[in-house]
Amino acid sequence: MSVREFAERGADLQLVGIQKRFPGFTAIEELDLTIPAGSFFALLGPSGCGKTTTLRLVAGLEEPTRGRILIGGTDVTDTKSHERPVNTVFQSYALFPHMTVIENVAFGLKRRRIGDALGKAHEALRLVELDHLAQRRPQQLSGGQQQRVALARAIVNRPALLLLDEPLGALDLKLRRQMQLELKTIQEEVGLTFLHVTHDQEEAMTMADTVAVMNKGAIEQMGAPAELYELPRTVFVANFLGQSNLFTGEVVDTTSTALTVDAGGTRIVVPTARAQRHRGTVAVGVRPEKVTLHTHEPAGSADRNVVGPGRVLDVSFSGVSTQYLVDLGALGTVLVFAQNVGFGPVAALGSEVWVSWEIMHGFGLDDVPGEAGRFPADDSTTSIAAQRRDSLVSELEEG
Amino acid sequence: MSGEVQAAAVLGGFSESEQQEDARGPVGAPRRRRLGLGDWLLPAYTIMAFVFLMIPIAYTFVFSFNDSIKSNISWRGFTFDNWLNVCNVEGGAVCEAFANSVIIGLVATVIATALGTAIAIALVRYRFRARSVISLLLFLPMATPEVVLGAGLAAQFLALGVPKDMTTIILAHTMFCISFVVVTVKARVSSLDPALEEAGRDLYGSPSQVFWRITFPLLTPGIIAAALLSFALSFDDFIITNFNSGSTSTFPKYIYISASRGIPAEANVVASAVFLFAIVLVVASQISRAARAKRLAKLD
Repeated sequence: MSVREFAERGADLQLVGIQKRFPGFTAIEELDLTIPAGSFFALLGPSGCGKTTTLRLVAGLEEPTRGRILIGGTDVTDTKSHERPVNTVFQSYALFPHMTVIENVAFGLKRRRIGDALGKAHEALRLVELDHLAQRRPQQLSGGQQQRVALARAIVNRPALLLLDEPLGALDLKLRRQMQLELKTIQEEVGLTFLHVTHDQEEAMTMADTVAVMNKGAIEQMGAPAELYELPRTVFVANFLGQSNLFTGEVVDTTSTALTVDAGGTRIVVPTARAQRHRGTVAVGVRPEKVTLHTHEPAGSADRNVVGPGRVLDVSFSGVSTQYLVDLGALGTVLVFAQNVGFGPVAALGSEVWVSWEIMHGFGLDDVPGEAGRFPADDSTTSIAAQRRDSLVSELEEG
Repeated sequence: MSGEVQAAAVLGGFSESEQQEDARGPVGAPRRRRLGLGDWLLPAYTIMAFVFLMIPIAYTFVFSFNDSIKSNISWRGFTFDNWLNVCNVEGGAVCEAFANSVIIGLVATVIATALGTAIAIALVRYRFRARSVISLLLFLPMATPEVVLGAGLAAQFLALGVPKDMTTIILAHTMFCISFVVVTVKARVSSLDPALEEAGRDLYGSPSQVFWRITFPLLTPGIIAAALLSFALSFDDFIITNFNSGSTSTFPKYIYISASRGIPAEANVVASAVFLFAIVLVVASQISRAARAKRLAKLD
């Protein structure tokens, strides 16, 4: 594939047995990944999980210690960055400060000696609605405008593969929504393959067709956003992608349809098909919005898990919904998101409550919190409190 | 010098707090400012400092118009002769020395700036063996007394049997200028975001295109500063030059030698011209910067 001409369409990306070691630490242990052409793929993970290194390996800015990188079936492992049909939108934008906006956008086209570079650059600027600022210097633009210039500078080259390194991180909420929409539109129009790296689960879920959750240099789980959310396979995914109530206990009964776990004296049932492990000590969980809060003990039912009584530790009312933190004694604490269908909170602080959820909503994980030291124990009340504090902080920052 | 300026600033600050106490006088009373010690001390001190700094330059400039005969110490009358016949005295020795200094300065600057810039980029951007040792060694020419450096070099040239001429001066100047270039350019390279060069590579720029279109233009202010510094250091140098010049004359060397028997007024002419040239350069760059800022402001 020559970089002297435009890519006809997006190309698929294959990473085969990639390992990347830096002096002193290993960023990527073993990575195999195939991203089909024309897809919008998100690599999601906390900082330091190896996602940015993956991106830099694909861009050719780092060399893998081991493994091969294939773009559109061609092995590009040994080619230099400027010879790859790949463009990157850098996290810091990396606009050239000594050039005008239009010179920035035309830079790649001119290096490839593509005809009518300026015309095509203006066209790309029109796409991001910044053509009227073509003669400005980057430092005269706002953060959001700089980001759009960085995007235009990358897509004007019609790369087979577009890499986005947290490109929406610095934008405010409204502009971010706008850019997300723009990216989606551009992708549908141009048909590029997008590889998007982010630590923002919401951004990954709303934009990508496929999300790969990365942790400590390896992919934990990969799939469509809804699939990842509804059926997480590991503790890390269950806690990183949204919030989860997790219970650890011994499997006491297994049938072809249901798995019963004894967690601190309470029996919790999950569908066998939704459990990764069927014997020994397992972690099972349920999402907070699937849990119902009862002020009176509900009648037992074959298709619901009922736990209680417990005490309400914390109530936080947020308009559309209310979050309750319920102390269930030996079982630990449970987080409940309740829609405000009535008026105000249904249970007061310190009152006695029961919680229940449909058995089909539960899931069984492949590991248990704290297992093998690989995953941090994220089900403690302090970490839930910390998570909630973080989400409050980020909401405040976004607002 | 800076210590004295600081002391003056402290004095000024002291007087300010005194004034504030005055302002808290009885309500309704007319606010009369008592002239404190600091009110006249700082301006007087500032003026004295400037006069002190300017006297040698003013002397040089004024006496370049002196109708001198042999020595140029006492004022004998105004004339333009020195300026008009600057190269006709002593067989053009002043002009020859000046021309030598300019040639040496230019050549040493070009070599030192090119090498120094490359070294600075290597030291900041790449990790290699002996990197920290090289960093340290580059400081040595700045830390070593010039007499030692000059004598040491002279001994080496002697040992190798290299005849001392313009080439040895250029070698010596290049050597000590490199250190200053590395220090100046390194600061600029450190502040350059590596992502800019990566973006250049990502946008199909070959290594040489990335260097000439991105790295070099962004380093230009640092490189120019380094080059100006190199030229000034080289043009000005007497001690190291004196050890390694043989019979070749440079401007500082010419002045030093002729000082014993009276400096000719033509030397004042050359010195004044250099001073005026530097002033014009500074003023021109300020004007062009102001014009550019205005143009950029207009775009908003």
